[in-house]
Amino acid sequence: MEAPILQQLVRDRAEKRTVVLATRLTNGIQKLVYPTDKQEENWLIKAVSQVLASDRAAVVEGPDGDWFLNPFNPPLRLILVGAVHIAQPLALIGSLTGYDVTVIDPRTSFASAERFPDVALVTDWPDEAMATLAPDARTAIVTLTHDPKLDDPALHAALRSPAFYIGSLGSKKTHAARAARLAEAGFAEDDIARIHGPVGLSIGAKSPAEIAISIMAEITETLRR
Amino acid sequence: MSETLNHDRVLEEAARWQAEGRKVALATVIETWGSAPRPVGSQLAIRDDAIFVGSVSGGCIEGDVVTRALDALQTGKPEIIEYGVSDAMAWEVGLACGGRIRVMVEPVTG
Repeated sequence: MEAPILQQLVRDRAEKRTVVLATRLTNGIQKLVYPTDKQEENWLIKAVSQVLASDRAAVVEGPDGDWFLNPFNPPLRLILVGAVHIAQPLALIGSLTGYDVTVIDPRTSFASAERFPDVALVTDWPDEAMATLAPDARTAIVTLTHDPKLDDPALHAALRSPAFYIGSLGSKKTHAARAARLAEAGFAEDDIARIHGPVGLSIGAKSPAEIAISIMAEITETLRR
Repeated sequence: MSETLNHDRVLEEAARWQAEGRKVALATVIETWGSAPRPVGSQLAIRDDAIFVGSVSGGCIEGDVVTRALDALQTGKPEIIEYGVSDAMAWEVGLACGGRIRVMVEPVTG
């Protein structure tokens, strides 16, 4: 690989630009292809959009031999609502798993840099914060506050988004009450069923870190299965 | 936290080493058959003193890939290597899981 290509690829990743590294296997020639590129040949543009959509690298047959296409999508995102104790290990495990983590909490005593070093903190009200973050199909959202004033507006926005995972902390009883409120707010049963509640895989987790592991495990299962 | 997360920052580490004036090679899984430990696209960055970050298997073939990468730094040429099932008795380099993979090893040039 030529150093300028490596440097550009690292810049693209830092700036969260979607890009594919294309290598012609017969001679090792490489180039970066962007989904917006119009000047590339049709077969390459089509193959590039396929590897980006599947998020899986592949060898494809071109008119001039085999090419290896390695997609670099921007990282998956994890949005946590509530800068509570569980959010601390969950932000860390989420980052380790490769997610871009954002924590939303308008309560600045909770959402402080001391409690969340190196984590993106948003202290807007959850509905505003969610509008700005605009969750997409590569986003997981977990509400952790137990407080309907904070959780519910976030869940409204989450249910109107294509987020691949929505989880909400709380007991079966809390979740039933939450589902009833959402139904009253006009959400259909199928929509409400998108919410994982009680959140996380059932592994008998007790401590905040253990609960964070069970939540991250459930997010992973939802993503990969 | 950034130090903890370097396990996924293979290209970033490669670029940093290169900027520091080190020679660097990359290894990438380009094809897999059967049960392979790491998916296609997985990468390993190798520095000229055999320090590496990332993975192309569960640790079965990294030792050999690092050796081949150091060779590639000498020749300046990319190479594609295929690894198959290991024979534990013969101490052969391979994959205990029974899969087969193809790995591209390339020096970072210029």
